[in-house]
Amino acid sequence: MPHLDSAFNLARWLTHGNQEAEDIVQEAFLRAFKFFDSFHGDNGRVWLLGIVRNTFYTWYQQNKQQSQYTQYEDDLHSSEASFYRSAEESNPEAILMQKDSQRLLQEALRELPIEFREVMVMRELEDLTYKQIADIIQIPMGTVMSRLGRGRKQLAAILAAKTQQGGSQ
Amino acid sequence: MNHEEALNLVPAYSDNELSVAEAAGFERHLNGCDECQQEYAEQVRMSALVKHNAVYFEASPQLAKRLVAALPKAQSSKKTNSIWDWNWIIAWGGKGAVMASLVAIVWSTSLFLATPSFQEKLTGELIASHIRSLQVDHLSDVISTDQHTVKPWFKGMLDFSPPVIDFSSSGFPLEGGRLDYINGRTVAVIIYHHNKHPINLYVWPDSSKDSGLQNTNRNGYNLVHWAVNGMDYWVVSDLEARKLTSFAESLHNQLGKPMKARGQE
Repeated sequence: MPHLDSAFNLARWLTHGNQEAEDIVQEAFLRAFKFFDSFHGDNGRVWLLGIVRNTFYTWYQQNKQQSQYTQYEDDLHSSEASFYRSAEESNPEAILMQKDSQRLLQEALRELPIEFREVMVMRELEDLTYKQIADIIQIPMGTVMSRLGRGRKQLAAILAAKTQQGGSQ
Repeated sequence: MNHEEALNLVPAYSDNELSVAEAAGFERHLNGCDECQQEYAEQVRMSALVKHNAVYFEASPQLAKRLVAALPKAQSSKKTNSIWDWNWIIAWGGKGAVMASLVAIVWSTSLFLATPSFQEKLTGELIASHIRSLQVDHLSDVISTDQHTVKPWFKGMLDFSPPVIDFSSSGFPLEGGRLDYINGRTVAVIIYHHNKHPINLYVWPDSSKDSGLQNTNRNGYNLVHWAVNGMDYWVVSDLEARKLTSFAESLHNQLGKPMKARGQE
């Protein structure tokens, strides 16, 4: 499946759980195959991510009305832990510290408003350009820039607050 | 460019999204503005943090299977005007799988052939960065001949600690340091010079194994590359190859000394 990881990564960052993310990716791929004829761009991944995002927002609107989207699936310590990129250090203390700061970062990103989170995932994790992000979200490139800028500042503030709280979990 | 405009453009500058002209105008302001410099450092720091530490969720193999199973059912109507006849490929099961992997092989091979080699691309990026550093009067973010000033400056800007060693005694005095963006990540650049020839030393962590000195020449610039103790090193300069290599050798010898727990293999 081309671009399956990219599709899943974006969906998983927009939603809170694996199940929802997988449902959205499946729906998005069905739409993509159905509308493949209408694809005239040169980047299939950008096109697919746009569909994933639209699918998510349609689903999100429906679920918000049914107000079932309140459960927060806190699976940081189970499934997400296995995704952590393994540190290549042989120093257990350093690994522990890194895991801890990765957990904080993960939590902080989850707390970011979704319009900031999605541009940051597309930029930093999917390595997309401003132009590509603008095409996916259908906003001007200047808005992509300002959302990234504000998102990073807010992320820094959330992280600073969390670090202040110390090791409390 | 006034302060307000520059401050707005900080994210785009740190993401390498400004045109050459915009970047030059921005840098003229940045060099003299503390607030913009702080903002820039924060943008670079948060960007690198997310890029290197946030989880990348990969799809499970079950999801791929589930998609393959779901697709033919969803497309029961015989619509065959698509250039990729997905229906056909998937419905044929075993044959379909063979076909799909053939398509994948052809597709990835053509991608592989079409893109320049990783090394070629990296060399190009390094030379572009070296030239840019000379053009827009932006060789150094921190100007100091003292390694104890340059090294702490990198702290907090990067998720690794680059080695900063002065080689004045061998005729290669330290000039300063700056941050740059190469190969999809923020890297440390340590600047030396030799008889008015600036030398940029690029450093970033790399998990691939150690390698000895390798020389390259491109567009009249000389490059020497090596990797040791989990770090990648590139020196770029218009200095003649023999001298640059001897500089690289002395750096390599200093850095090659076993550090911390990780010895040499």
